[in-house]
Amino acid sequence: MNQSRKENLLLQVSDLSKRFTLHEQGGVVLSVLDDVSLSVAAGECVALDGPSGAGKSTLLRCLYANYRADKGRILVQHGGEMIDLLHADARALLDIRRRTLGYVSQFLRVIPRVPTLDVVAMPLLSLGVDREEARDRAADLLRRVALPEPLWKLAPATFSGGEQQRVNIARGLVVGHPILLLDEPTASLDADNRARVLELITERRDAGAAIVGIFHDEAARSALATTIHPVRSRQEVAAA
Amino acid sequence: MSGPILEVRDLEKRYGARRAVAGVSLDVWPGEVLGIVGESGSGKTTLLSAIAGRVAPSAGSVTYDGRDLTELADVDRSRLIGDKIGFVHQNPRDGLRLNVSAGGNVAEKLMAAGARNYGALRETACRWLDRVEIGRDRVDDHPSKFSGGMQQRLQIARVLATQPQLVLMDEPTGGLDVSVQAKLLDLLRGLVDELGLAVVVVTHDLGVARLLAHRLLVMKDGLVVEHGLTDQVLDDPAHAYTQLLVSSVLQV
Repeated sequence: MNQSRKENLLLQVSDLSKRFTLHEQGGVVLSVLDDVSLSVAAGECVALDGPSGAGKSTLLRCLYANYRADKGRILVQHGGEMIDLLHADARALLDIRRRTLGYVSQFLRVIPRVPTLDVVAMPLLSLGVDREEARDRAADLLRRVALPEPLWKLAPATFSGGEQQRVNIARGLVVGHPILLLDEPTASLDADNRARVLELITERRDAGAAIVGIFHDEAARSALATTIHPVRSRQEVAAA
Repeated sequence: MSGPILEVRDLEKRYGARRAVAGVSLDVWPGEVLGIVGESGSGKTTLLSAIAGRVAPSAGSVTYDGRDLTELADVDRSRLIGDKIGFVHQNPRDGLRLNVSAGGNVAEKLMAAGARNYGALRETACRWLDRVEIGRDRVDDHPSKFSGGMQQRLQIARVLATQPQLVLMDEPTGGLDVSVQAKLLDLLRGLVDELGLAVVVVTHDLGVARLLAHRLLVMKDGLVVEHGLTDQVLDDPAHAYTQLLVSSVLQV
């Protein structure tokens, strides 16, 4: 690893393992991730590659500390320090998510009744940005993903899949987190909208964001990925 | 952030030979919403009542802002809890005075805290009604004439008007229609954020827990069987009981 890249590492994963014990199903143990290591520097985009069920989403969720990894390390550069997510307490994790780690899931999950503009502005409000500015920045992003303005004051529950995905992307990018985790960000988009979203993510990468993503869509992968990281879990199944 | 505003250590509540709460410890920090989930009989409501000083614990401590409530004289504990800790009941009728006007319900606690100027009290009450989305034209109506959702919002205004630092909520959306629940959750979340409140909310509804709580404790038979960030506990439940709870929720 060359010296300058090493200094720019924003995310360093080593020997990460994750197993699930399914108590509801006779205590079956699924070992989904086994000794996974990868690193991402500023300006790099790592595409996780592998067949369905290989553990790509599990890995991405572990990197967000949504799934709790069993062993290994996930070092995240946060506030000038490298912090291990496996040993960070709840308040530290929430602060890391607010400031450092952005996550775009495949599906939008929000409180009912809240208008789209506020859904997108919410991550900024929780950082203490004032309402006016948060709404302005949210509006900029909704324009970038070409969500029609008349929809902004409606709650996204009734939107089409592609519209919801664009709301989700706007919400995920509004803060400008230094590390972005993207789970199929273009899966439900038509060609025009996909191009818009790819341009937006490419800009973020080129501005220095470190990205880890799952991109089934070949156009997305070739536009964004600087490295392909194969995920091949052993999927060993053992009875407890 | 200086430290937790509430620290519970090894709390126990026995009823005869039965331990309703069998040794629970938890911390709540300012600005943090802690959810406690579990089924009926898990001990979650008893735990909340013990924190609120409504039930005397059999063992353990409840420390609020550095003071152990279990060691205070009854009168001092009641005053401290009355001033600093708000309690939102599942049934708004338990937390409201039904024969007093809506404005009176909000102003009453302010008066108890020393406010006297009628005009200022009425204005403060009206501002709280605005915040919980009850029309100012209802300020003189008795809450007995309100719908369940409106009563619950009024109870929240009454509790928050005295600016407590810690708010305890027992199934706050429990008795409400689903359509009303969403509105109340949205309102609660906004107020909690804006006021930087510390909240402990007991609920059996995992959907409510997901939308409101930063962290979750899962209780079973008086014990905490699992805890973590809300999304960790709900998306990656580790304990058999949590897995059962999560897998039993009907998807819509």
